[in-house]
Amino acid sequence: MPLLRILALAVTLALGALAAERASADEAQVSAAIQKFATADGFSGVEATIQELGAIGDPLAVRALRALGENELKVTPDGAVVIEGADALLDPVTGETVAEKGPRLERIRIKNSIRSMIDETISALTLRAADPVVRMSAADTIFAAADPEQLEPVQAALAAEQDPDVRRRLEQAVAAIQLASSDDPEIIRASIEVISQRGDQAALGVLLGYRNQATGEMADAADEGIEAIETRLAMWQAGQNIWYGISLGSVLFLAAIGLAITFGVMGVINMAHGEMVMLGAYTTFVVQETIRNSFPWLFDWSLLIALPLAFLVAGFVGLIMERGIIRHLYGRPLETLLATWGVSLILQQAVRTIFGPNNREVGNPSWMSGAFELGEMSITWSRLWIVCFALFVFVALLFAINRSSLGLQMRAVTQNRRMASAMGIRTPWVDALTFALGSGIAGIAGVALSQIDNVSPNLGRGYIIDSFMVVVFGGVGNLWGTLVGGLTLGVANKFLEPYAGAVLGKILILVFIILFIQRRPRGLFALKGRAVE
Amino acid sequence: MILGRFLAGGLKSPVILISMLVILGIGVLVPVLNLAVPPSSPFHVADHLVPLYGKYLCYGMAALALDLVWGYCGILSLGHGAFFALGGYAMGMHLMREIGTRGVYGDPILPDFMVFLNWKELPWFWYGFDSFLFACLMVMLVPGLLAFIFGWFAFRSRVTGVYLSIITQAMTYALLLAFFRNDMGFGGNNGLTDFKDVLGYDLQSGQVRSALFFLTAFFLALNLLIAAAITGSKYGKILRAVRDAEARTRFLGYRPENIKLFAWVVSAVMAGIAGALYVPQVGIINPGEFAPANSIEMVVWTAVGGRGTLVGPIGGAVLVNAAKSWFTGVLPEYWLFALGGLFILTTLFLPEGVAGLIRKAFGRRAKAPKGKDEETDQPVADATAGE
Repeated sequence: MPLLRILALAVTLALGALAAERASADEAQVSAAIQKFATADGFSGVEATIQELGAIGDPLAVRALRALGENELKVTPDGAVVIEGADALLDPVTGETVAEKGPRLERIRIKNSIRSMIDETISALTLRAADPVVRMSAADTIFAAADPEQLEPVQAALAAEQDPDVRRRLEQAVAAIQLASSDDPEIIRASIEVISQRGDQAALGVLLGYRNQATGEMADAADEGIEAIETRLAMWQAGQNIWYGISLGSVLFLAAIGLAITFGVMGVINMAHGEMVMLGAYTTFVVQETIRNSFPWLFDWSLLIALPLAFLVAGFVGLIMERGIIRHLYGRPLETLLATWGVSLILQQAVRTIFGPNNREVGNPSWMSGAFELGEMSITWSRLWIVCFALFVFVALLFAINRSSLGLQMRAVTQNRRMASAMGIRTPWVDALTFALGSGIAGIAGVALSQIDNVSPNLGRGYIIDSFMVVVFGGVGNLWGTLVGGLTLGVANKFLEPYAGAVLGKILILVFIILFIQRRPRGLFALKGRAVE
Repeated sequence: MILGRFLAGGLKSPVILISMLVILGIGVLVPVLNLAVPPSSPFHVADHLVPLYGKYLCYGMAALALDLVWGYCGILSLGHGAFFALGGYAMGMHLMREIGTRGVYGDPILPDFMVFLNWKELPWFWYGFDSFLFACLMVMLVPGLLAFIFGWFAFRSRVTGVYLSIITQAMTYALLLAFFRNDMGFGGNNGLTDFKDVLGYDLQSGQVRSALFFLTAFFLALNLLIAAAITGSKYGKILRAVRDAEARTRFLGYRPENIKLFAWVVSAVMAGIAGALYVPQVGIINPGEFAPANSIEMVVWTAVGGRGTLVGPIGGAVLVNAAKSWFTGVLPEYWLFALGGLFILTTLFLPEGVAGLIRKAFGRRAKAPKGKDEETDQPVADATAGE
């Protein structure tokens, strides 16, 4: 095995050296061809020059061709072809600065048909590029264009290609070209086979294009291929929807879980819950601002630093609320609802006064930005981390409620307040700590939501109704209910969206919940037994 | 005859009678001060104030409607703004049809926004709104029907307390989202506006504004009378029984769901009328009226005025909105602080509102509801778990 690897390495190196040598030999030739743009006669002259560059087949020409496509290839007054850079004129082959930026540069005019010709030529040239990713995207461009004239260069590239992934793409490109140009039923059938195995949107486009002009058996073969691709795509689409749904569901869960705790234990509707989420998001903003100004190297850790702080800030505000207001309103849930709504107005306006009414920018740390592909699905890192975080919060809370002494007391108070009090539990303190806990959880939810939503004083407003829906749907005082409720509503929402549109989908969900409460007024996972009465 | 005797029942209380006279007096006084008194006089009411005061009276009517269900039946509706807005939309649709060819696009049938959206014909639910009487019928019918369907299901399933509050909020939120959609055919984001006249009279003229103001005052007084008659009747007693001990009332053989449903529908219709009078005076109705925050603000008017007193909430609505106008003019940044503080202070220190304060000051025995929403002698956990 090692021997084989060494051998492969040697071959690669040799090929690379060969390519380098050939490049230097061709450089003059490429340069001379590029110079012909200066004297090219109209569009047809430009086309001829591009063809010549393609015929030379050297990737060196790519830089000039790109510049041509972007209208940056210019002719100086003394007839030299250069690239107009941001602040200097560059050599079209090497990219080195050749002169100061001067006036009276003449643009080489192109039109759309030339632009697509440039793209194809570039892909043909980059089929030999050193980077496999570049080669792959070149193959994909050719696949989509399916230009018969490129059959030979692609087949040549295929013969020399070592990387299995790139080979597959090149084979598909060959198949697409053959499908468009060949008359031999066997070749066409084989091509359809290869293309349908590719199975993505581009493959579907190629096959649909072929189907429109095909007849007889070939049409049937194409139909089969199309169906296979469509089934595959539909499955990936469903997968993507489920993923979006889980992602939305975990956001809903995060926003709602704190509410579920306070509502479950104390029967208190905290209308200021959304504002606790907002406070968490603003804590993240403040932490990031401090880090940006004083400790830029800490930026990737900003969220981890913000988490405990957000918990403390929101939890502290919650504690003050409970001690100052809610404590006096026990037994009057509707009044509590109004008073907490008042608190929410005050918190919103306070944040607006301090931080201004506009969105504040909260950045993604490097490990949360970007996305990756999984088959036909695209998954952003921030969403993935939020799902993980939601699960982590869930497990931690489950543990806290089932294993800690505060959790034990909370459960006791939920089940039977008077009996718990008789057993020596200080129920007022349990209430206060529960409220602080629920608010603190809302705060850390705010840290997570700051990554995917606008951090503005209205942040909480957007979540409060959804959170209520999740809590009421899942059943009060039950963590599992909130989890299932959040995920169900998230996934249902994302599955309705393609058919009904985002807004109508949301309306349908709301109507569904209103009807659902009629059937099961205590939610999906209702408390049973004496606790209910 | 029966109706007359029923309404006369509402006049038994001198407070109601006096309040009605005061409201009708204001309804006459403001137009007179606006039209007959010369602008130089200190008693003159400026033109722009007439619709503003009219708006306050509409809000008062909405608060009265809310008091009927919250104060006397214990249903805290966080969705009364929906009934208000539906009534407003019904009236707005009629005013839209009256514009006729005077719209920007001059289409004789389609309102401007439909022409803009390239619609070819009037949607079916706009039929009939060219008739004023039909529109008036719809003003009461649409909110009433929605309330009936909603209440029918909700009360039958014994959804009570905070759960009911939350689903009423969900209802108005769903309507908010729905009316924001252009496809709904109600003007989307912009709503209905640019009204020209009502029944052929120019909406901008002083006489029409004064007439609208008087009408608002008249309907407010009428609704107050109806509400007083309802709560003063035998039915009103059962209503309060349901509020204070629903389970016990049921065991006595009454059907709480039907009792609640009647008050709920009447209240929704009142809110609809308030909305219908509101629209011609402010000149616009848009989906923002469905916002849950609006409905909750209505609750605070009722709470500030004193729930379960009928007259109190009307005063509360006028008071809070006058304060709002003053704040947004002078200290716009502090209005939300003031409103939030009002929510907290009222619930903590003034459970019976301003009306309760006045009662105490006059040494009368307070008859307002006790502070608790469910069976009053039960511990916290039970109150939330419902029956």
